[in-house]
Amino acid sequence: MERNLTHIALFAALIAVLGLVPKLDLAAGVPITAQSLGIMLCGTVLGARRGALAVLLFLALVAAGLPLLSGGRGGIGVFAGPSVGFLVGFPVAAFVAGWVMERTTLSPAVAATAASVIGGIGVLYVFGIVGMALVLGKTLSEAAFLSFAFLPGDAVKAVIAGLVTQSLARMRPASLLSRA
Amino acid sequence: MLTLTSPVETWAHRLPAGGKLAALAVVTTALFLVGSPWLLAGAFAGTAFLYLTGGVAFSQAGLRQLWPLWPFVLIVGLWHLWAAEVVQGAAILLRMVSAVALANFVTMTTRLSDMLAVFERLARPLSPILPPRRLALAFALVIRFIPVMLDRMGLIRQSWTARSPRAPRWRVMVPATLAALDDADRVAEALRARGGAG
Repeated sequence: MERNLTHIALFAALIAVLGLVPKLDLAAGVPITAQSLGIMLCGTVLGARRGALAVLLFLALVAAGLPLLSGGRGGIGVFAGPSVGFLVGFPVAAFVAGWVMERTTLSPAVAATAASVIGGIGVLYVFGIVGMALVLGKTLSEAAFLSFAFLPGDAVKAVIAGLVTQSLARMRPASLLSRA
Repeated sequence: MLTLTSPVETWAHRLPAGGKLAALAVVTTALFLVGSPWLLAGAFAGTAFLYLTGGVAFSQAGLRQLWPLWPFVLIVGLWHLWAAEVVQGAAILLRMVSAVALANFVTMTTRLSDMLAVFERLARPLSPILPPRRLALAFALVIRFIPVMLDRMGLIRQSWTARSPRAPRWRVMVPATLAALDDADRVAEALRARGGAG
């Protein structure tokens, strides 16, 4: 019981910390922040249920007024802005990534990369694009066109999520709760 | 850690947080139902007036909070100028900026502890599966561990650069995640030793 709670809380803190790490620190040349990497890791490391709860806890603190989203954004205002779809999609993305991770027997690196692509990119973009289309009054294809600027960065992050998950599985197999 | 609550005390700081959130929900829903650009312009003017009642310093802080919206304003503005649908574009922008600014107003005039207390009250119907004490403990743990993890991220990066001429990049992620997992185990043990998470 306590272990579940502390894992959820500490991974919520990890998502926040990854949003505060300066850009360009993770990969050369690609202007990305690590926040969505945190979402992917929540799913691939903690598994579906705990991962989604960690993301929900993080979003609750953002809504309560902590500037924890990348770029120091926060408050209820971000849920009324154009990126609301991505925020709503975050917990679903972590859940789907965790679900994929739990249901495959592939090696951790391959499984986590695939889970991050399906959850952290596929599912997340569906939510993000619908949200942007609603707030900006655009059609879905127009909103999709605007969102694809983030695609190269997110592809890099999915690969990093796979590598990090694999390293964790090698160093401490028991720590990978999604495969426990 | 700094919150987004404005240090400039306004009349709205004294209103109950739950009431402000309920009013915000009603107004935001109305904004998305209204299509007339004139009504939306009125809502925008009302929002600006609301900020000005808090004083000049408060309004300037509010403007800074809106700054991250500029790429969207630029894109939608150019798009509708090009499509010669100026009125429609203005309605979309007025609605978006007013909705975000009103929500920011509630955040800027409500203390973090009051907002979290409202969330805990809203979560009360879930108490059989999510006891209120456990939720409060989870909030406190996250807030306490963010600075701890930031410090550690700095240490990991320093020890990397002390040993390697290359920049650490994504490799810091492995020790950072591992440390978070270890901390989670240790904090769980400490909680259990002190009578559990309730």
